[in-house]
Amino acid sequence: MTATLRILPFLRWGHRPWRLVERNVLAYRRVWYIFLSGFAEPLFFLLSIGIGVGKLVGDLDVGGHLVPYRTFVAPGLLAIAAMNGSLLDTTFNFFFKMKYTHTYDGVLAAPLTPRDVATGEITWALLRGTIYSAAFLVTMLLFGDLRSWWSVLALPGAVLIGYGFAGVGLAATTYMRSFVDFDYVNMAMIPLFLFSATFFPLARYDAGLQTVIRLTPLYQGVVLERSLVIGDLNWTLLLHAAYLLAMGLIGLRVASRRIGLLLQP
Amino acid sequence: MAGPMIEAHALTKRFGSFVAVDGIDFAIEPGEAFGFLGPNGAGKTSTMRMIGCVSPRSGGELSVLGLDPAHDGPQIRARLGVVPQEDNLDTELTVWDNLMIYGRYFDLPRREIRERAAELLEFVQLSDRRDSRVDPLSGGMKRRLTIARSLINRPEVLLLDEPTTGLDPQARHLLWDRLYQLKRSGVTLVLTTHYMDEAEQLCDRLVIMDNARIVAEGSPRQLIADNVTREVVEVRLGIDADTAAEVAALKQYGDRIEALADRVLVYTDDGDATAGAVTSDGIGAVSVLVRRASLEDVFLILTGRSLED
Amino acid sequence: MSTPALVRVVEREARVYARLWRGLAFSTFVQPALYLGAMGIGLGGLVKAHSGSVDGLTYLDFVAPGLLVASAMQLAASESMWPVLGGAKWMRQFHGVVATPIRPGELYGGFVLWTAIHAMLGSAAFVLVAALLGAVPSAWGILAIPAAALCAAAFCGPIAAFSITQESDVSFPMIMRLGVLPLFLFSGTFFPISQLPSGLRPLAVFSPLWHGVELARAATTGHFDVAAVVTHVAVLVACVAAGAFAGVRTFTKRLSS
Ligand SMILES: Nc1ncnc2c1ncn2[C@@H]1O[C@H](COP(=O)(O)OP(=O)(O)O)[C@@H](O)[C@H]1O
Ligand SMILES: [Mg+2]
Repeated sequence: MTATLRILPFLRWGHRPWRLVERNVLAYRRVWYIFLSGFAEPLFFLLSIGIGVGKLVGDLDVGGHLVPYRTFVAPGLLAIAAMNGSLLDTTFNFFFKMKYTHTYDGVLAAPLTPRDVATGEITWALLRGTIYSAAFLVTMLLFGDLRSWWSVLALPGAVLIGYGFAGVGLAATTYMRSFVDFDYVNMAMIPLFLFSATFFPLARYDAGLQTVIRLTPLYQGVVLERSLVIGDLNWTLLLHAAYLLAMGLIGLRVASRRIGLLLQP
Repeated sequence: MAGPMIEAHALTKRFGSFVAVDGIDFAIEPGEAFGFLGPNGAGKTSTMRMIGCVSPRSGGELSVLGLDPAHDGPQIRARLGVVPQEDNLDTELTVWDNLMIYGRYFDLPRREIRERAAELLEFVQLSDRRDSRVDPLSGGMKRRLTIARSLINRPEVLLLDEPTTGLDPQARHLLWDRLYQLKRSGVTLVLTTHYMDEAEQLCDRLVIMDNARIVAEGSPRQLIADNVTREVVEVRLGIDADTAAEVAALKQYGDRIEALADRVLVYTDDGDATAGAVTSDGIGAVSVLVRRASLEDVFLILTGRSLED
Repeated sequence: MSTPALVRVVEREARVYARLWRGLAFSTFVQPALYLGAMGIGLGGLVKAHSGSVDGLTYLDFVAPGLLVASAMQLAASESMWPVLGGAKWMRQFHGVVATPIRPGELYGGFVLWTAIHAMLGSAAFVLVAALLGAVPSAWGILAIPAAALCAAAFCGPIAAFSITQESDVSFPMIMRLGVLPLFLFSGTFFPISQLPSGLRPLAVFSPLWHGVELARAATTGHFDVAAVVTHVAVLVACVAAGAFAGVRTFTKRLSS
């Protein structure tokens, strides 16, 4: 148990990092509509790509199951939403608080530490992501896109995707000098968004490209979610999960150290 | 607690090869108001950040509240209040929420924070702005809110880095008044400033810093007594005066003189007599003014430069 | 002879642009290629296998003008929010501009004009990339560039007029998520509006993006109906005019006090 808590310190309820979560709740309380609008985004995508484009595409074969395109693309959209949400909180929003409003200078003058800040922001990103993902999963359920009982693991799966990208996002942000550097975030996100077997199956690529894509981060999440909701389970899913967990852990470590270096020179 | 609240020996801060604080020693006693007076770049903020446990020291020893900042940062910070040089209020929150969340950072129960926050807003005269956002507050209001925030945990030591820089005179006096009240209530105040009047008003004892080192230490009165004559005659010369010659001529009137860009300071124990002599002499003085010696003069004499360069 | 005020505003914006070339090179050249590759080719293959063609076009030909105009819209929308509020409030460079003989209304006009030019540059690159990928069957396709620029101005005009009235950026993510994103997804960009539920179909008429996309699609495919083209242009010009009507006023109100 303590080992788990060391790896995933945000699970320890009420611990110091939760103060950052409280802070963000206070900040969002006044702009709750922004919070609410986060629900709409993946839903719009599902209606447009899943249903609109779905009509043009028809049914697809996924691991031996013939499913409508909507069922194929929805878990991909879920993974994308988990990535996007967690990157928004840990890159743009984090940078703004670190460099422009100097919020963390105030936080660190209190008994909190750089690691608390990193853990707190990741915890927040995950909580928010969990709420949106849960809502999206309910929508998928209503559309009949949850084909297997394994779907109950899709929510933890989304949290894991969020964790991986939150860690990496936070760590990367500590290396950014100005908002201009956020171009790099776009340069990374857009190809991942488009090519991680999100909108069309891996089989559409030639063998060389397939290998490259198998190594990219969002692909891990897409495979994980798609396999869970369709019920196409096998042991390699654990590898995908481990990949995401490692991203999060390494990111959290690097971010904690870098926040210390930047804010406590 | 017996012994000093804060004690430093050979305390040093380096940024790469640059030395920002160069082996300074000081001890701050419980209940006193202690100042670091020095010009920009002297190393005041670097010192305050080491005391506040948000900047690791590069050398020497430092003990704060009997603990070592290198190991006990969070425990020490729990008992400090910090007013940093640049306000870092949470601009996404209201005045009230700034206090609430700051109390939470110290793990205080919400009910207790609410009580204290209300008292503190009263204390810094911001009760009517409690639901305002931070952005539209004036500089003086933000500073007062930062002070209220720093007091939310009832700190034993309050660190104030240039508390009134950039404020208009009225806002400054209001702030001084609040700090004076805090001092009377027993809080140890540690402040930095480059205003000699602020140092004289607030500090029981101070050190003068220049170029990363401490150049003098004592109470304001004692520093003046030890380093300067009682009074100073300020002589303003005409624009077309032969400055070098006039300065030489003024030398005979004081124990010591300092030539500044726009005037000459003549240090003397009897200002009126010296002023009279200077006026009746044929020197082309545009104006002659007598004043009491200040910390500004101490700094000038010790370093050869003026504080506000 | 002095340079007209409008040109000077355009020049200022162009200088800023030049400094940020790296990210812009990506968003100008690489991003269109990625979108066309993923949607037009990757997804297009699936469409071909199932439906053959969309409105008589390959999916690549169908989606290319949609993506072209949609990206011009997104550029125009985001450039008309944060940078405008920044110019008025955070960096305050607009106050510097109107301290010269340039009037707020001219600043507004120059800003919209610059955004249209900016979108035109991006669209030219997009059309080039699309043509290389074989997504522009007709030589009329060159006219898709001004069509996208016009659509950009139709978004920039009203949004910039609104942004300058704001005190904080809280409403901007809302506009992006609840305005721009649904337009992007449902204006005949990824699938024909004939597939929308019949109750919603007439609503597409209210989407400036749909008019822009139809215009660009007419150009890239070379199939057009003059009356429809005139209508689309008229709607977009009306948006620009409405924006200008509001923008000259809101800019003047904010900047000349
Ligand atoms: N993070 C830092 N990195 C490099 N140099 C610094 C840093 N912080 C302060 N300095 C330098 O250290 C010197 C002392 O700065 P500071 O302690 O802020 O002085 P003061 O507060 O007395 O004006 C200055 O020359 C400043 O430029
Ligand atoms: Mg300083």
